[in-house]
Amino acid sequence: MKYMKEYRDPQLAKKYLDEIKRTVTQDWTIMEVCGGQTHSLVKNGIIEMLPEQITMIHGPGCPVCVTPLNLIDKAIHLALDKNVILCSFGDMLRVPGSRMNLLEAKAKGADIRVLYSPLEAVKIAEENPEQDVVFFAVGFETTAPANALSVIHAHRKGLSNYSILASHVLVPPAMKAVINDEENQIDGFLAAGHVCTIMGNAEYYPLSEQHGVPIVVTGFEPLDVLQGILMVLRQLEADKTGVENQYSRIVKEEGNTEAQKMIFEVFEVKDQMWRGIGEIPDSGFALKDKYQAFDATKKYNVEIEEAPEHPDCISGQIMKGIKKPYECSQFGKKCKPTNPLGAPMVSSEGACAAYYHFSGLAEK
Amino acid sequence: MCLAIPGKIESVNLQYDDTVRMAKVSFGGITKEASLEMLPDAHVGDYVLVHVGVAISKVNEQEANKTFDYLEEIGDLGELEDVDEYLPKKEGR
Ligand code: SF4
Repeated sequence: MKYMKEYRDPQLAKKYLDEIKRTVTQDWTIMEVCGGQTHSLVKNGIIEMLPEQITMIHGPGCPVCVTPLNLIDKAIHLALDKNVILCSFGDMLRVPGSRMNLLEAKAKGADIRVLYSPLEAVKIAEENPEQDVVFFAVGFETTAPANALSVIHAHRKGLSNYSILASHVLVPPAMKAVINDEENQIDGFLAAGHVCTIMGNAEYYPLSEQHGVPIVVTGFEPLDVLQGILMVLRQLEADKTGVENQYSRIVKEEGNTEAQKMIFEVFEVKDQMWRGIGEIPDSGFALKDKYQAFDATKKYNVEIEEAPEHPDCISGQIMKGIKKPYECSQFGKKCKPTNPLGAPMVSSEGACAAYYHFSGLAEK
Repeated sequence: MCLAIPGKIESVNLQYDDTVRMAKVSFGGITKEASLEMLPDAHVGDYVLVHVGVAISKVNEQEANKTFDYLEEIGDLGELEDVDEYLPKKEGR
């Protein structure tokens, strides 16, 4: 069965590029929503190989990058000042907080553990009954079922020392916010395949219809993104708008209904702050009342003052696709992956880091 | 962090007092555990997409060829006469 490396075949990628060149007749701007797609486009040099009529702009699709600064400060506070084992995905560790990042907090003695899965955090809580375990639960719809599952497991086991610091962000409301931003001219979208794996495609039909934009649910390998671009382009050139699924080997029209059940057992939709962008209505998940005991923000009731971002960082404009990383005055100068001033330079899915590592534009 | 990779289920066992189906999934050499709670119909031998320790989708074998067939399907547009030489071998289709 073809399941991974086949989608990296350079010969076939060239065929796709040729077909894209043959199809395009005018200028188009296409946004790839997901940071994983940005990474794939930049890493594989696809951006430079596309015909110049096609401009790819990079969307807000990196949960690490949009996790509010204030929440990172909260996580650091919990890890340093409370009897807490703070568990997190690895890429959160170097995201700048207002005074330090999680890695620096760890160096100061905080018990911070990097995990592959939130389910491991539940095991840690079980093994350390005398300590509190907090999982820093960031992520898109893709990650929400796993985070929900950790709460369900902890609930089932009756663990009172487990909670999550949740920062969940939802993609379709963010796409809507980006389309409605007047500075943006987006002709079509590659939607984030793994988000749709969970939620299905239903939310994209009204978005496509109301805003007159083609939306193609797209995967992450080079051939996936190329095919996605070609599918958007074919719609644009034929003056059509609709929703198509490039990633049908993974994404079912209805998504994963078991996972949705899990999510909505634990979470409900709420307004959510996006770092660099601001509050977007109905774009996040909060724990339902039934699971309040697992909500770290309620359990510890820490109020931390809002701190300003680094004054030179234009990450908001980067994440809305209005500016490219190299247009930032600090890109590759003061701001590097080893010393990020803003979140998009941290995660490998952040646009600034992707450009830094792969585009050859930064002086290293 | 949104990385999700496909792998093959090698074995399935019950954990958490037999309430949870866990799988050993092989990703080309590396084997990791993944919860099958979101995929009640996944079994040994299936390819599944795993994200942060949870299997979230079964890879659909018929659909998996579409990316390779797409150019052929729209071939009436241009001269794609030599497309076959670029296509992966057809075994398993
Ligand atoms: S290069 Fe650094 S400072 Fe500039 S926008 Fe990106 S993260 Fe912010």
